[in-house]
Amino acid sequence: MIDREQVLHVARLARLELTDEEVARMAGELSDVLGHIERIDQLDLEGVAPTTHVVDVPNALRADEPAPSLPREVVLERAPAVEADGFSVPSPQA
Amino acid sequence: MKYEPVIGLEIHVQLGTRTKMFCGCELTFGEPPNTRTCPVCLGLPGALPVVNARAIHFGLMTGMAMGSELAPRSVFHRKNYFYPDLPKGYQISQYDEPLCLGGRLGDVRIHRVHLEEDAAKLVHVGASGRIHSSSSSVVDFNRGGTPLAEIVTEPDLRSGEQAREWLTLLRTTLRQLGVSDVNMEEGSLRCDANISVRPEGTTELGTKTELKNMNSFRFLERGIRAEVARQIELLESGGEVVQETLHYDPRSERITSMRSKEEAHDYRYFPEPDLVPVRIEQAMLDEARGAMPELPADRAARLEREHGLSEASAKQLAFRAELGDFFEAALGSDGDVPAQPLAHWVTGELVARIGDSDPGDSRVEPVALAALVGMVERKEVNQGGARQALDCLVADGGEPRAIVEAQGLGAIGGEDELSGVIDAALAANADAAAKIQGGNEKPMGAILGYVMRETKGRADGGEVTRLVREKLGV
Amino acid sequence: MTATDAVAFTAAQAVDALARGDLSAGELFAAYRERAAGEELNAFTWVAEEAPAVQDGPLKGVPVAVKDLFCTRGVPSQSGSRILEGYRPPYTATVVENLERAGTTLLGKTNQDEFAMGSSNENSAFGPVLNPWDRGRVPGGSSGGSAAAVAAGLTPWAIATDTGGSIRQPAALCGIVGMKPTYGAVSRYGMIAFASSLDQAGPLTRDVTDAALLLGHMVSRDPRDSTSIGLPEAIRLPDARRLDGIRLGVPEELSGEAEGIEPGVMEAFEATLRVAQELGASLETMRLPHAEHGLSAYYVLAPAEASSNLARYDGVRYGLRSDGSDLVSLYTQTRHDGFGPEVKRRIMLGTYALSSGYYDAYYGRAQKVRTKIAQDFHEAFERFDFVVTPTAPTVAFGLGTKVHDPLAMYLNDYCTVPMSLAGTPAISIPNGLSEGLPTGFQIAGPAFSENAILDAAHALEGAIGFDGSRAFSRGGMPSTPPERGAPGPLGL
Repeated sequence: MIDREQVLHVARLARLELTDEEVARMAGELSDVLGHIERIDQLDLEGVAPTTHVVDVPNALRADEPAPSLPREVVLERAPAVEADGFSVPSPQA
Repeated sequence: MKYEPVIGLEIHVQLGTRTKMFCGCELTFGEPPNTRTCPVCLGLPGALPVVNARAIHFGLMTGMAMGSELAPRSVFHRKNYFYPDLPKGYQISQYDEPLCLGGRLGDVRIHRVHLEEDAAKLVHVGASGRIHSSSSSVVDFNRGGTPLAEIVTEPDLRSGEQAREWLTLLRTTLRQLGVSDVNMEEGSLRCDANISVRPEGTTELGTKTELKNMNSFRFLERGIRAEVARQIELLESGGEVVQETLHYDPRSERITSMRSKEEAHDYRYFPEPDLVPVRIEQAMLDEARGAMPELPADRAARLEREHGLSEASAKQLAFRAELGDFFEAALGSDGDVPAQPLAHWVTGELVARIGDSDPGDSRVEPVALAALVGMVERKEVNQGGARQALDCLVADGGEPRAIVEAQGLGAIGGEDELSGVIDAALAANADAAAKIQGGNEKPMGAILGYVMRETKGRADGGEVTRLVREKLGV
Repeated sequence: MTATDAVAFTAAQAVDALARGDLSAGELFAAYRERAAGEELNAFTWVAEEAPAVQDGPLKGVPVAVKDLFCTRGVPSQSGSRILEGYRPPYTATVVENLERAGTTLLGKTNQDEFAMGSSNENSAFGPVLNPWDRGRVPGGSSGGSAAAVAAGLTPWAIATDTGGSIRQPAALCGIVGMKPTYGAVSRYGMIAFASSLDQAGPLTRDVTDAALLLGHMVSRDPRDSTSIGLPEAIRLPDARRLDGIRLGVPEELSGEAEGIEPGVMEAFEATLRVAQELGASLETMRLPHAEHGLSAYYVLAPAEASSNLARYDGVRYGLRSDGSDLVSLYTQTRHDGFGPEVKRRIMLGTYALSSGYYDAYYGRAQKVRTKIAQDFHEAFERFDFVVTPTAPTVAFGLGTKVHDPLAMYLNDYCTVPMSLAGTPAISIPNGLSEGLPTGFQIAGPAFSENAILDAAHALEGAIGFDGSRAFSRGGMPSTPPERGAPGPLGL
C-alpha cells in the first residue's frame, strides 16, 4: 500500500534521514497501520462536517499591547551555533 | 501575432500594529538582532500563538476599503515547510477561509485578502570556520511573526506601467487607512507578479510565471516588462512558457529561474489546532467602519463631483494624497480660484518642480499657489511669467504678487499697452500681415514672436492674436 | 514522625498534617526527595536537589512530580527525547505556575514516552520505566514515569498529559487514579505538544480526593492558550457515597472480549458494575456506533498534528544538532539522530496523511469520524449520566513484548481514544486485580461534568476498597538495604 518510493518522498517532506533498513521497515509498518485506518472508508460520511476543535471556544484575541521580549543572551544560550548575535546555519543556497 | 500580457499581483503588507501577529513582542525598527523575541516567535517547545486583535481590525479595514466580502468566520491554517527563517517549521497563514474575499480597487478586482505571519531575517555572512560548509547564514528573529496582510488580485492588469500605477493606488489606500507604512524600499510592502501572455483577442489564459523580488515601484514595472518580453520572444521563437518561479535582478535586469532540484512544494495545509476560528462580530465591524478615512477612489469621485475636475485630474490628486491635500488647502484658502486650472498647476507645474516629495513640505504655501493661479486666470500674469514666479516660490517661498511686481513679470494685456507694439510688428512683417488678411493664419506666429520679444514674454498671447485680427479686420 | 509515615499520607492528608503542624514542609520534601533520588523504576529524569522557595497557598509545602514535557524554567524539560536532551526552557508552563502559586514544590520531572507517543513508556530516550507491581512489566504510557512514581509512593501525586489515553491507561496499569479533564479545562501553554487538538493535562493520584484537589488547582482560563476555557464551576472535593439515580451506559463497542479485552479485565470490570448497582446505579448496555473507528481516526489526526508540531526540532535554535554538510542534511541528520523509532513512524504517518492527494482520504475523513464520535457521546449523554468501560484492554504487559508491533501497541488506547476525540472528561480508577495486577475502571461524562465524575468515582472507590499500598510499600525502593547498582527484584 505504501511503497519504498512513497516512504522516501514522505521522508524528504518530513526532513528525516532514513537508513535503507528503516525505509524497508517503515514501508511494512506504515502499510499495516494504514490498512487498519482504511476501515473508515466503509463509513458513510456524506455531509458530515469535519471537527477541528471539539469544544466551542469564543474568540480568543489578544489586545495589541507589548509584553517584554527575552534578553538576547537567554535567547542564544540554547543555540547549537551562534554567529553575529544570531543563529548560525549553513547557507540555504550553498 | 500580437500578444496581450495578463498580470496579477500578490502583495504582502506588513501591518503597523505595535506587537507581532501572535505574541506580545514589539515590531522591530532596526533593533540589534534577536532582541525582539520570545518563546512564541522563536518557536520554543510548548509556546502557543494568540491572535493580535488589531491585526484583525486592520485586515477588516483593508477589506472594507476594497469592498470585499468580510468572512463571518475566518480560520488560520498551518503551511508546512522547512526553512531557517521559519522557527516552527510552519507558517501560520490562511487557506480556504480567509478574512476577506473578492472586492475591487480602482480598475482591478481583488481575489482575496488574508492574514499571516512574516518570516525572520536570514543574513548571509559568508565563509565561516566550519569544516564542511563554505558559507553560513545567520537568523535574526526580530522580524519573525510581524503581521502581514496578503492581498491577491485577479489577473486584471495588462502592463508593467499599469501595475506600477495600481500599486501606487494601493499604497496610498493602505497609507490612508493607517494600517501600514507601506514602504517598498524598507520591505513593508512586497510585491510578486503572476505573468502570462496570450494572443490578442483570445480569452484563454496562457501559462503563467511568478516573478519575485521586485522591491521598488520602478523594478516592478521593469521586471514585468522584461518578463512579458521574454515570454513573447519565447512564444514567437516556437518555444513554450514553463510554469515556474522567477527572480528579477534589478541590477542586471536579468530574470533567472528559482527552481531547485528539490521536490515540488507540498505545504500540507491543515487547520491550526492551536487557534480557534476568528468570529467577526458586529462590534468588530462597527469599529473598523468607524475608523475608515476617505479613500482615494472616494476622494477622486468627490473631487469630480464637488469641483468639476476632470477624471484624470481628480485621480492624480486623490491617488497621491499629499497632492490632494495641497490642492484642497489651496482651494479653501481662496474662494475665487477656479478648481480645474488649480488642479493642473498642482499636478503639472508644481509636481514638475518638486518631484515625489510632499508639497506640504515645500516652501510654496497653498494660498500662494492659489493666488498665482488666480492672477493667471485674470490675465495679470501670463503662463510664462507665472512659471517664473513659481520657480521663485519653490526656491524661496513668498507671495506671488510681490514676486511678479518685483521681477516685472506682470502681463501686458491691455489694448493701450499692446497697441503700439503690435503696430510695429505688423509694419515689420508686412508679408505676414498680408497673408493673414488673405485668410491664412499661419504667419500669426511671426507676429506673436515679435511682440513677445519686444515685451520680454509678458504679453498675453490670446490678447495679441485678438488685437492683430481686429487691426487687420479679419 | 518518620519519613515512612510522612510518605504514607495522601496529598490531602499531608495538607492537613502540614496545617496542623504534625509535619513540616521540609520533612515532607526530604522524605520524598530521598525516595525519588534513590528509586529503581527509572520513573524520574530529574530530581530537585532542594525544595525551592514555596509560595503561600492552599497546597503549601506539598511536593509534586511533573511529567517531563511540561516546561519548567531552568529545569530539564526534554519530553523524553534525545533531540531535547539537556534542554532547559526559559519559561514555565502555565499549569506548573498555577501549582506553584497554590504552594506546591517541584519534586522532579518524570519519565515518559518520547513526545508522549506510546502506551508502555518504552519509547523514552532515557530508558523504559518499570511497573512497581512487577518490574518485568511496563507501567503503561505515555505518562509511565508519573504513574509509576505515584503508585510506588515516590511522590504524593503527579501531573501528566493525556492525548489518547496517556493518563488513564498508565493509571490503570499502575493501580492509581488518573483523570483527563474536558479539552480546554487546563492550559496547554508550556506543554511540549504532541497533538494540539487532543493534548490535555490532568492529575495522577493515589485516590479520587487527591485527583479533585490537584485538578482544582490546575484548571484555568489562560490568555496565552486560545483553546483554554477553564471550567464553568470550581472543582469540589467529592463526598458521594452512593450512586442512587445514576444511569450508567455500557457501550457494546468498548467492552467485551470480542473487542480484545482480556477475560480477567472483563471480570474485574463486571465486578465493579455490580458494585455500582449495589450503590444504586442503573445499568444498560448501549451503543457508541462509531467508537470502534476511534483508533483509526486518532492514528490519522494525532500523527498529522504531531508531524507539524515536531517540525520545529531542526537543530537551529535549541536542542540537538548533528553536523550536516549543507542545510538539508543538517535537518535530516539532526532529526534522524534525535528522534526515536516510534516518533519517526508517527511523523511519517502524519506527513503522509496530510500530503497532497491523501489529505481528503485520511485527514479529512478522520475529522469527520471525529464529528460522528462526538455526536455518539452527545446522544449517549442525553440518556446516561456516564459511559463506563474498562480503561485498558489488558493488564500491564511484559517489557519488550509489544514494542516491535505498532498495531498491537496502538490497541492499548482502544477504550480511551474515543473520549479524547470527543474532548470529554474521563477518569480511571483502580478496579481490582487480574492475575495479581491492577485493572482500571473508566468513567466518562459529558463536557464539563468533572465534579459529577469525581463524585461517582469517589463513591465507587469507597465501595471497591482497592489497596494500592502493596505497590507503594514495595514499589520503587530497593526491598533490601540499597546496594549501589544492584538491579531491583523482578515481580515482587
